[in-house]
Amino acid sequence: MQISMTVNGDEITRAVEPRVLLVHFIRDELRLTGTHWGCDTSNCGTCVVLMDGVPVKSCTVLAAMADGHAITTVEGLATGATLDPVQQGFMEEHGLQCGFCTPGMMLTARALLDRNPHPDDTEIREAISGQICRCTGYATIVRSVKWAADHPVVAEDAEEEVPA
Amino acid sequence: MTITETHAPNPAAGDADRPIGYGRIQRKEDPRFVRGKGHYVDDIVLPGMLHGAILRSPVAHARLVSIDTTRALAHPGVVAVITGKDLLGLKLAWAPTLSADVQAVLVTDKVRFQGQEVAFVIAEDRYAARDALELIDVDYDVLTPVIDARRALDPGAPVIRDEIEGRTDNHIFDWEAGNAAETDAVFATADVIVKQEIVYPRSHPAPMETCGAVADFEPIEGALTLYETSQAPHAHRTLFAIVSGIPEHKIRIVSPDIGGGFGNKVGIYPGYILAVVGSIVTGRPVKWVEDRSENLMSTSFARDYIMQGEIAATKDGKILAVRTNVLADHGAFNATAQPTKYPAGFFHIFTGSYDIQAAHCKVTGVYTNKAPGGVAYACSFRVTEAVLLIERLVDMLAHKLEVDPAELRLKNLIKPEQFPYKNKTGWEYDSGDYERALRLSMEIAGYDDLRREQKEKRARGELMGIGVSFFTETVGAGPRKHMDIVGLGMADGAELRIHPTGKAVVRISVQSQGQGHETTFAQIVAEEIGIPPEDIDVVHGDTDQTPFGLGTYGSRSTPVSGAAVALVARKVREKAKFIAAAMLETRPEDLEWEKGRWFVKGDPSVGKTIAEIAMGAHGTVALPEGIDGNLDAEVTYDPPNLTFPFGAYICVVDVDPGTGHVKVRRFIAVDDCGTRINPMIIEGQVHGGLTDGVGMALMQFIGFDEAGNNLGGSFMDYLIPTAMEVPNWETGFTVTPSPHHPIGAKGVGESATVGSPPAILNAVVDALSPLGVTHMDIPCTPARVWAAMQGRATPPI
Amino acid sequence: MQIPAQFDYVRASTIEDALAQLELHGPESRVVAGGHSLLPMMKLRLARPEWLIDINDLYELDFILPEATQLRIGALTRHSTLLESADVARLFPIVIDAERVIADPIVRNRGTIGGSLCQADPAEDLATVCDVLRAQAVVRGPAGERILSMDEFHKGPYETAVAQNELLVEIRFPIRPRSGSAYEKVERRVGDWAVVAAGAAVSLAEDGSVDDVAIGLTAVGLDGTIAEAEAVLRGRQPSQALFEEAGRLAALASLPVADQRGPVDYKRHLADELTRRVLRRACARALETQTTTTQEG
Repeated sequence: MQISMTVNGDEITRAVEPRVLLVHFIRDELRLTGTHWGCDTSNCGTCVVLMDGVPVKSCTVLAAMADGHAITTVEGLATGATLDPVQQGFMEEHGLQCGFCTPGMMLTARALLDRNPHPDDTEIREAISGQICRCTGYATIVRSVKWAADHPVVAEDAEEEVPA
Repeated sequence: MTITETHAPNPAAGDADRPIGYGRIQRKEDPRFVRGKGHYVDDIVLPGMLHGAILRSPVAHARLVSIDTTRALAHPGVVAVITGKDLLGLKLAWAPTLSADVQAVLVTDKVRFQGQEVAFVIAEDRYAARDALELIDVDYDVLTPVIDARRALDPGAPVIRDEIEGRTDNHIFDWEAGNAAETDAVFATADVIVKQEIVYPRSHPAPMETCGAVADFEPIEGALTLYETSQAPHAHRTLFAIVSGIPEHKIRIVSPDIGGGFGNKVGIYPGYILAVVGSIVTGRPVKWVEDRSENLMSTSFARDYIMQGEIAATKDGKILAVRTNVLADHGAFNATAQPTKYPAGFFHIFTGSYDIQAAHCKVTGVYTNKAPGGVAYACSFRVTEAVLLIERLVDMLAHKLEVDPAELRLKNLIKPEQFPYKNKTGWEYDSGDYERALRLSMEIAGYDDLRREQKEKRARGELMGIGVSFFTETVGAGPRKHMDIVGLGMADGAELRIHPTGKAVVRISVQSQGQGHETTFAQIVAEEIGIPPEDIDVVHGDTDQTPFGLGTYGSRSTPVSGAAVALVARKVREKAKFIAAAMLETRPEDLEWEKGRWFVKGDPSVGKTIAEIAMGAHGTVALPEGIDGNLDAEVTYDPPNLTFPFGAYICVVDVDPGTGHVKVRRFIAVDDCGTRINPMIIEGQVHGGLTDGVGMALMQFIGFDEAGNNLGGSFMDYLIPTAMEVPNWETGFTVTPSPHHPIGAKGVGESATVGSPPAILNAVVDALSPLGVTHMDIPCTPARVWAAMQGRATPPI
Repeated sequence: MQIPAQFDYVRASTIEDALAQLELHGPESRVVAGGHSLLPMMKLRLARPEWLIDINDLYELDFILPEATQLRIGALTRHSTLLESADVARLFPIVIDAERVIADPIVRNRGTIGGSLCQADPAEDLATVCDVLRAQAVVRGPAGERILSMDEFHKGPYETAVAQNELLVEIRFPIRPRSGSAYEKVERRVGDWAVVAAGAAVSLAEDGSVDDVAIGLTAVGLDGTIAEAEAVLRGRQPSQALFEEAGRLAALASLPVADQRGPVDYKRHLADELTRRVLRRACARALETQTTTTQEG
């Protein structure tokens, strides 16, 4: 079947088998390998992407179900050479080690901050509680998200970055 | 704390405020990871690449009657199906393990654990490969399995390894350390003896990235390139050469970015070998990546020790001796990753951090119908099990003597002046100031206040527990004369080149799985030769580009490879002295070093920076005799001893009296890993280990039913802590450098995994002690805690 | 990674379209909404539908509508939407209690109330919630709409009264005055299925006595609410002693089986303990609403 969606702002159209999982579509078909997978049971959250701005586990969404929707992957977080504050925060506060869960964690963090620009520790922990990290022990991820909350993109910069 | 984390600024770097070497700097690897540009095995796509999938046994113990692959071969997209019979023809049906045993690559005679590899399908895409698995018809004749290790040596128990001629039982080894007679004599006269069976259940490393490989065999050259999730690429290359018959110089192993290892990626698994065989058979690259259930059910495991422990002491609390008998469940093939002479790893560090008179341990390894492996798993070769044993026994002793567990430890810790300390099982602890670390952790915790709070809560019927543990690790394996894995000495190499413009590349033999080697090792070079870390590239993970070495596990990267890197940098620095002398037209002995620069003694304004010297070495400067025209060096480091990091941990838990649910409220970790290179990375390593400790203590384990079905085969049942189960970690540190290590560093990767489970368990038992509980076994799930509250022994897993 | 077997896929545009697709493709077709129960089962190949009918475009089923006597919730309402609804929190705090412990926040972004109920997992939290709230399920089929009580809706583990050619379209929670409700779950880890969970809904008479009460337990093998425990409370002033008696009877009624989450006696103990806890909290909440009502009045 043929599906179309917006991925990181680009319109794409592809022919796929109905059973193709969104995570495989993103990784194998679009070759955006920043999205990972780590389990088969929707438990680990390494496959999280944003669908219409909402974090979803792309191992449990069919590519066909994303037809007509807007997907954001880790590759879509930065604006050109300018990192999203979340990306910067993860580097500043050591929110990552092996880097495998990191794309999903950052996307969840971005969605959280869009909804709640100043989350407390508990809100951050709840937001990432569907995602497993084996390396960091989470405290530095919490700090990273707080760093991002404390360093939002200022509006005028954002305006400059968007072409008229 | 007397130690500060800043370092002298280096004027040579042009920035007086910026530390040149050690200190908290951002990781060099992070920019690619935060952009999603990490490069993991499953990200690799080669032209013409095929996909492999493994058919696994649904039963634990069965004769293989027949396999029919006809329907699978007919499935669209399927290129080949390989069975054990095919491998017999290639002499690849069995592969050597890391413990001088063999393991079936594909079943030829008998299935020995649930999830064992039965057939390998190779297809044009992963969906077709997966579909074809269902089209292979296998007939099994099911046999009675051996699941409980306690029953493995029973007369008449089914013999699991009946393919080995003359084998009539499931016994693998008996191994002892210490002195039984001396220990028994001390026990015979001791005032107080505490005994307890302590079980460390089977678990799994479960890194977020599962294991996988892409094999690319090029038939004209006869060359194999193997991309794989390996913590030890060089050792893998040698083993692949031995197993496959492909000459070693024709094998290149590449370990790209690795999504966590924790020991899971030390071994060589059938899937890797099958990808290679598949590429040879089809003439095309073959990718194999396991799914999560395959990972949890087949590629390795950890722990699985049943320990009978005893501790003897005087009535006033002087610990005299410890002894233990251990039953070690090794699964169906003995494939533990341990140095050859150490079948129970470094378990004999179970004497812990205490000055005692005698100790003895005996470990018996047995086969069962479970997955093989027994990897380090962030436990430094069985130190995790050893520390749980001693720290639980010491707590039980404190309870029996009615003294505070921290006080009892303070009374018995090895004193600073006793180092180097020879323990009763043959280890020489390099350095330590144990009391300082324990007192610091008590200070951070507010220990006395916590005890007061606990007393008030107990009066109200609330269950609050405070747990203490003190651990001594033994890491950095190890001296070649004692330690090898399959005959390969546990040394590591490093090569350093300074380019003409003063930028550098250092090549190392260890393999990061997230530990930040690209940063830490650059910092070591920076500290030694005074060029900034960002000017130093760290190359690792490709056997064609790096010197030989045994890889990363058992917290050995900094103790072994870190030493190699420091020494190779010093070698370069020494060579630079001769070149600088030639450039300055003076004698080498008249030069003095400050970070980044050789200058004339008494006249600091006359000197040459490393960059200037590098240009000189590669330029037209007339070089002294015996000095060739480069600024490069290489070393292989053979550690003189292991290193002994230590730490003092305190955990505070609250137990819901109505449900048995345990909440870890606080956790204080004071670690001493010697010299600290990047405190941020060290803290990260500690946090990760503590989280795994919460998992081990409260929820993580692999259970089996009587038929041998694995009950922990997915993340729905193999539970790993989320951000909700762990507190905001409170860390502190002391610094007691290792005297025999070039930079005094000891390693820290596994410390927290070793030290935290007993702290948490001791806290839970402490919480339950008003109910008369003196011990329970981990994991402290709500149901098991409740059972303990009812006065029952914790049921077996 | 595990992959579903082959199937065909169609996206329904309206309820009528969905029903027509179900009719057209017959017994081997399944409706998919959030997909977080069905797709994992398909990946494990425990479910192998030939057709998937995706109803995610049926926005008309995504609503929370408070009316005078009932709260109407569209079957396609996501867990996350329920959790954020002020109306739900005000009227039925038990739903918030339960939603906070259903799976994890990201699964809740996709999973729907209708999907959870139709999956009918024996450890499904919302099944207990709907039982104790005496909810009604609105089911649409070729012959029109049926309104089912929860007793009628549940047919057993993984089985409901929704026929192959029907669609669950709406859940209705009756609103009662002076009422309170609560849910509590014991889990091995955040996001896990319940070891045991309990839910209770209470409405008080003007004199503060229990006018009506419903008690339900999750993951202990029960269908529907526990009449014998409810009978203890009805018509009487709530008290700790009554909660304890109700807890004891709930535990007696429970039929747990031993598994990795715990042995039978532990689960029975939890049935007792959690029943007492949710009754206490539900009554306290009912009193709060009573106070609020009085103040407002």
